[in-house]
Amino acid sequence: MLIFSVFKTLTDQQVTVELKNDLSITGILKSVDQFLNIRLDNIKVSDEARHPHMMAVKNCFIRGSVVRYVQISAENVDTQLLEDATRREALNQNVYLDAEYKLESREWRLPSGIG
Amino acid sequence: MYSRLHARFCLGKMLVILRDGRKLHGVLRSYDQFANLVLEDTVERIYHGNAFAENWRGLYLIRGENVVLLGEIDLDQEDDIPLRQVDWNVLEPYHKSDIEAKKQREESKAQILYEKKGFCKEGGEGDGY
Repeated sequence: MLIFSVFKTLTDQQVTVELKNDLSITGILKSVDQFLNIRLDNIKVSDEARHPHMMAVKNCFIRGSVVRYVQISAENVDTQLLEDATRREALNQNVYLDAEYKLESREWRLPSGIG
Repeated sequence: MYSRLHARFCLGKMLVILRDGRKLHGVLRSYDQFANLVLEDTVERIYHGNAFAENWRGLYLIRGENVVLLGEIDLDQEDDIPLRQVDWNVLEPYHKSDIEAKKQREESKAQILYEKKGFCKEGGEGDGY
């Protein structure tokens, strides 16, 4: 969910999406969903000669499962903030991993010091 | 979210690239959250060099897992593309040999990675796109 949020902050920025078939598309990120499917507007394909079928395409939808990389520009991401958010999310998940289920009271007990 | 993704896509001519490398042009009529698509009046296009050819296919219901990319065809730009259309039967042998050459290349690459570089064998899913 964290990476989904990151992508949401990148909407309307220029990104380059490289697919697993080595097709590389630069465009304006218009939207993204929880599968990391991506919609790009105003696209440009690098090495267009190798991919002539893309010449008449301006806007496209890319299925998340075929994406290899998304290149984003460094100034659009606050890595420090991202790192903190990652720690927070990992911590929250561990709280639930460490929780115990108490049979007699039929409820979850969180580790001491939390909740 | 998905409906918003596609909201502007529901009419007009679309290009769909499938995982097996096929390129389908048709009119998008329906879709769902898995990117399952219904494509009407579909033609399959093949390309070689600066030529392309079309073959009539009809109505498709495409299972979403096979979709790589869904592109909106810009009708103005479509007239300007520097490609010429030729007969399917003329282009098909070239297209087939292109696919075969690509397959050979991928196979020899995988062989080298497996034998010399310690990579595992690929899962056989065959992403030919």
